[in-house]
Amino acid sequence: MAKLNLLLLAVLVACALGLVTSQHKARKLFTDLEREHNRARELDVEYGRLQLEASTWGLHARVERIATGALGMRPADARRTRLAGRDASR
Amino acid sequence: MSAAAQGLVRLPVWRARFVLAVLALAFGVLAARSVYLQAMRTEFLQERGDARYSRVIEVPATRGRILDRNGDALAVSTPVKSVWAIPADVELTREQRRKLTALLAVEPAELGKKLSSAKDFVFLKRQVPPDTALAIATLAIPGIYQHPEYRRYYPGGEITAHVLGFTGVDDGGQEGVELAHEATLGGKPGSRRVIKDRLGHIVEDIESIRAAQSGVDLQLSIDGKLQSLAYGALKAAVEANRAKAGGIIALDVRTGEILALANVPSFNPNNRAKLTGAQLRNRVITDLFEPGSTLKPFTVALALESGKVTPATRVSTAPGTLTMAGYTIRDVHPAASMSISQIVQKSSNVGSAKLALALPRESMWDLFNRVGFGTAPALGFPGAAAGKLHPYKSWKPVEQATMAYGHGISLSLVQLARAYTLFARDGELVPLSLVKTGAAASGEKVISTETARAVRAMLELAVQPGGTAPRARISGWRVAGKTGTAHKQENGAYAADKYIASFVGFAPASEPRLIIAVMIDEPAGSQHYGGSVAAPVFSQVMQGALRLMAVPHDAPLDPIPADEADEAREST
Repeated sequence: MAKLNLLLLAVLVACALGLVTSQHKARKLFTDLEREHNRARELDVEYGRLQLEASTWGLHARVERIATGALGMRPADARRTRLAGRDASR
Repeated sequence: MSAAAQGLVRLPVWRARFVLAVLALAFGVLAARSVYLQAMRTEFLQERGDARYSRVIEVPATRGRILDRNGDALAVSTPVKSVWAIPADVELTREQRRKLTALLAVEPAELGKKLSSAKDFVFLKRQVPPDTALAIATLAIPGIYQHPEYRRYYPGGEITAHVLGFTGVDDGGQEGVELAHEATLGGKPGSRRVIKDRLGHIVEDIESIRAAQSGVDLQLSIDGKLQSLAYGALKAAVEANRAKAGGIIALDVRTGEILALANVPSFNPNNRAKLTGAQLRNRVITDLFEPGSTLKPFTVALALESGKVTPATRVSTAPGTLTMAGYTIRDVHPAASMSISQIVQKSSNVGSAKLALALPRESMWDLFNRVGFGTAPALGFPGAAAGKLHPYKSWKPVEQATMAYGHGISLSLVQLARAYTLFARDGELVPLSLVKTGAAASGEKVISTETARAVRAMLELAVQPGGTAPRARISGWRVAGKTGTAHKQENGAYAADKYIASFVGFAPASEPRLIIAVMIDEPAGSQHYGGSVAAPVFSQVMQGALRLMAVPHDAPLDPIPADEADEAREST
């Protein structure tokens, strides 16, 4: 009888330790998950900011200003345009 | 041998029983107490316990982005911080005060006033950029806190201001598309219950009370490049003609999508410190004006539909004036007689008035009503104007005559542009959309294909030399369109020297793809005619748009001669 009790006690202690460990692991995993969630959110924000930046730099008016000003570009003159195509070979 | 003799004291039996009873009673009390705590007060106690370590935290939801038809961002929300304080708790050293004032970019006096107020809570500044917020946080001033918020940025600035509208300080839509699509754009913040440890780290998620719903991204039909082109051309024209205001709209003929919509004067939605009502008005959609001659093609179409006339039928317009009920209708180019085509080409008031008088007023009202005049366009846009179209029973003959050339009726530029889909789409009227559909729209047949094509041919004549708007022509594509130069109404009478110059047209005329309508309010330069003020804006934007959309040419790429001698004038 005493032997059985001792055995059960050992099993109980083992189970208890197992519970503590798994709880600890669960919490750790949860904080990891939380961190990744935050990262996802931050990346989304970053993406928005980059989109904003891309739109600002790529603003048509700015592109045109640089093209005509700094690069000296202008729309092709009609007289210097030739159409190429199956049916537009004028 | 007695007990006493053996040194033993014999206790009375009741004492042992008494002790037993007391112990039993004590156990009883404990049991009752535990039953009371466990069964009766359990909820309260659990709540108290939870309050020690479990917290409800808010899960922020972001507002949806607004994109143009190519996927470029037009409006994006990014997180910022609001700095707030509990004035009673704030302790500032002189140095800290100086730094805080500099970081917040506020007046020292204003900061002092806020910090000495008797309130429990004051915002020191809202929508502070993240890096500034971090600098403020490192000052570690007691009693000053930060709260995360979102701020909306509009990279297009004034170019897209009127279409997009803007959001308030709490990121809710207040104008334009932001307001119209508030339900889908606006996110709903969620909340969840968590267990936090002593340091404030979340250690366990207990339950999600409400999942955060982020706003849905919205893709508009607007083309960023075309929008920029349209705004730039309009702004330049308004400045060059010293006009009060202007509006422009570009429609895709096949899909009914609005590709560009701009107004001048505009505003910068990123910095709305000093705004006037004039800047905020989305004139294209909310402002009504008398369209003038741009309405003549509808009168002509109706006459053709009646079957009584053909484009070649001649109408007597001598002597260039028509007097009815004390009101004289005049032509700028008087002629003895004109064909129906010439009435449109030369923009004859007398001719169109005579055509209208030969038609029943019901049918005229019916056409105007069916093309959407007098009904607010179903754009879902806040403040869309319906226009004024009086019931035909109240029309006097002179009113019917003036309405034939667009006076006595008022509409918005978007209504006018939409009505022109009739001529661009072989008689069909299409519903408009500000949201990208990408699919061809099915229209409602209003006039016959033959009539629509005949009017289209006349509209093409109007932009040729001898018409009212040769300056609307572009190299490489055939263009069709009509000018308008209407006197402005002021206090119920027409002002002699105030005009609204307009031009509505489409291209390529062989297979129309794009309708552009331009309106310039009170041009005060040397010119005020639609053909010289509004038509150049049209041609500039149309040419750029057709090139952007890679529309095949339907005319030789010859340069357009800048000859103004052949330009016909008009008075409406």
